[in-house]
Amino acid sequence: MKSNYDILIIGGGPAGALAAKTAAEAGNSVCLIEKRSAIGTPVRCAEGIGKELLKEYVRPDPRWISADIESARIIAPNGTAICLDQARAGNEVGYVLDRKVFDRELVWQAAEAGADVIVKTRATEPIMENGAVRGAKVLSVGTPAEIRSEVVIAADGTEAQFARRAGLNTVVPLREMMSCAQYVMTDIDIEPGCTDFYLGNEVAPEGYLWIFPKGDRTANVGIGITGKMSRDGARAKDYLDRFVAKNFPDGKTIEMIVGGVPVCRPLACTVADGLMVAGDAARVVDPITGGGIGNAMYTGRLAAQVASRCIEAGNCSKEALMPYDLEWRASKMGAGIERNYKVKEYFVTLDDAKLNTLAESIASISFSEFSVLALIKELIKRNPKMLLELKALKDTLS
Amino acid sequence: MCTMLRINRDKCGYCGTCVAVCPEDALELIDAYLSLEGECIACGICARACPLGALEVDHEE
Repeated sequence: MKSNYDILIIGGGPAGALAAKTAAEAGNSVCLIEKRSAIGTPVRCAEGIGKELLKEYVRPDPRWISADIESARIIAPNGTAICLDQARAGNEVGYVLDRKVFDRELVWQAAEAGADVIVKTRATEPIMENGAVRGAKVLSVGTPAEIRSEVVIAADGTEAQFARRAGLNTVVPLREMMSCAQYVMTDIDIEPGCTDFYLGNEVAPEGYLWIFPKGDRTANVGIGITGKMSRDGARAKDYLDRFVAKNFPDGKTIEMIVGGVPVCRPLACTVADGLMVAGDAARVVDPITGGGIGNAMYTGRLAAQVASRCIEAGNCSKEALMPYDLEWRASKMGAGIERNYKVKEYFVTLDDAKLNTLAESIASISFSEFSVLALIKELIKRNPKMLLELKALKDTLS
Repeated sequence: MCTMLRINRDKCGYCGTCVAVCPEDALELIDAYLSLEGECIACGICARACPLGALEVDHEE
């Protein structure tokens, strides 16, 4: 194992892979380490992503696209459905990916660009010198080693322990951690091109339950509830089991997936001396949808671009790396996260009666755009009182 | 009083949700198992967040 690189990347998910590929293409020596023994597994994801977003980073390939999504339904507690479809919306919707293959493809592209990839290798703590991160102490298949670098990009997902051990606060408050469970189910009656989102305090308190198709009779059936609502007998798996028993009693579960999705605000600062944080570890997840793949690829790539410039200039201090933090916050992604965070904080306060009223108010509408923003704008148009409760949003929606 | 966090490895889905909410950085997800590496203060936050109910705080006199 080499012990010196320009850039060390912790984590082989979409953020780490895009960072590694971008950094290697810019001519840096790059090492990506992954603590698991394989890239892409175990999956901790519902696997949905918008088409336009995906295409910015990688050319769509049927090898890792499980389903092409043309419509979506949001189902209120009383069964009222808000339908969004591609034909009416006139724009493309999304894909459900096969993350096991997708993640491997991204890391393969990074390796092809010249990055070293080392699996079953866990960063135990940062190497700190004069308050700056200078690499990581690792356990590689149980053997201790040190990997030194000019910059470390922490893309270690929901656990986010690397940045934490370098002094950043990455702890997710219980009320802002979505506790999730999902079954990959087969032999079930679904609409293969339609994603369903079920809302309601009986179905998924402070969260939602999803059905994301992965084939004609196969889908990811999953749920996220807040940590606050999670307790013995009322955990994510309990709610999911109840839904499945009622709706898919004869379905077969071929995989069980669990995971935590942080829906707090992003980290207060995503850089430190010699350190950058990207993807779920930076908490750049959409707080409404819980989607994080696109944001991970965006922040991973941007982190590597800024790191490359700083390495070339010979200054990897916090101040020098700061343009990364400033740029993603000012981006469309950053603005969207801030807006959707406020929307999320409002939505978790709604009881079922209020959810039903809101859903009924927009159930008959043909949407010209397929997004959370379009939904919110329409909700406000039909429910002017809502804007009073959503004062904080006024500026971001105009 | 002695505190103990019990990890039911048969239930655990080794997803790391508990690791992210632990205020003490006491838990570690090591490849395919969860381990209590630091000092547990028995706050019970990890046990609440777990999607499967694999964690339990024991309070023993």
